[in-house]
Amino acid sequence: MLNLFAAAAAPKMAGFAITGELLFFAALAGLAMLSAVGVVAFNNAVRSALCLVLNFFVLAGIYFTLNAEMMGITQVVVYTGAIMVLFLFVIMLLNLSAPALLQDKNDPKTAVGMTLGMVMFTLVALQVLPGLMSKTEPGAVDGYGSPVNVGRALFTGFVIPFEAVSILLLIGIVGSILLAKRRF
Amino acid sequence: MSGVPLAAYLALGLFMFMTGVVGVVIRRSPIVIFMCIELMLNAVNLTFLAFARYQFSPMVAGNSFKEGQSAMAGQMMVIFVMAVAAAEVAVGLGIIMAIFRLRDNIDIDEMNLLKG
Repeated sequence: MLNLFAAAAAPKMAGFAITGELLFFAALAGLAMLSAVGVVAFNNAVRSALCLVLNFFVLAGIYFTLNAEMMGITQVVVYTGAIMVLFLFVIMLLNLSAPALLQDKNDPKTAVGMTLGMVMFTLVALQVLPGLMSKTEPGAVDGYGSPVNVGRALFTGFVIPFEAVSILLLIGIVGSILLAKRRF
Repeated sequence: MSGVPLAAYLALGLFMFMTGVVGVVIRRSPIVIFMCIELMLNAVNLTFLAFARYQFSPMVAGNSFKEGQSAMAGQMMVIFVMAVAAAEVAVGLGIIMAIFRLRDNIDIDEMNLLKG
């Protein structure tokens, strides 16, 4: 406990040793960035969706490297298992994969959007990242992401937001059924 | 001991978020725009979990009730974001299906009925 406090109170100056963990993270992060760009860049909606599936899987791996095992498992089950299946289902249902329909016309929006993204990336990165460069030691205890601890926290301290989210999900179910049933 | 600095996770999250923003701005297909929103939500989740792991004031999960709560707050937020994302996707895809039933147009720039 005291050790952890000392480590947090006196952050070491960043000496970036190339460790195996760093290389593993770099590989995962590169894959995540490539697939994120693929989501935007592909003209075919099915390819975008598959890139997003890959991105979610890689993110689950990154969650595991963060020792948040429960979140990694939930990521695979909820995002790649439920949400992306829904996406692919709707894409197939609407037959959106026809590339002719999805050709983005050349317009200034593309250039403006890219410039906006790069400017915002640079601004936020310059504001946030330099102050955190020296933070390399994790402060959380081991097992903070285990299902036991997550479940205990969810059903004791966070039980009211948990119930609120369950009501939200119920409303979502009813709303989507209503949307599907209504005749326009 | 972990050799990865917190800033690396935050930079990855920032990159993914900005990719999502650019996608929402430049793409025209509503489905792809929805996927970019999912990308942004996941970037935020990654940031939450990175901060949850690299906590600045270390707290033991079972130490005291309050401290244990704030130690788990990041993961709780991730769970709630996932639940909200699931509800959002269900309703949003329902709306997209309804719009497509109404008109066979898939260009989101031409859906401007609410324009004043």
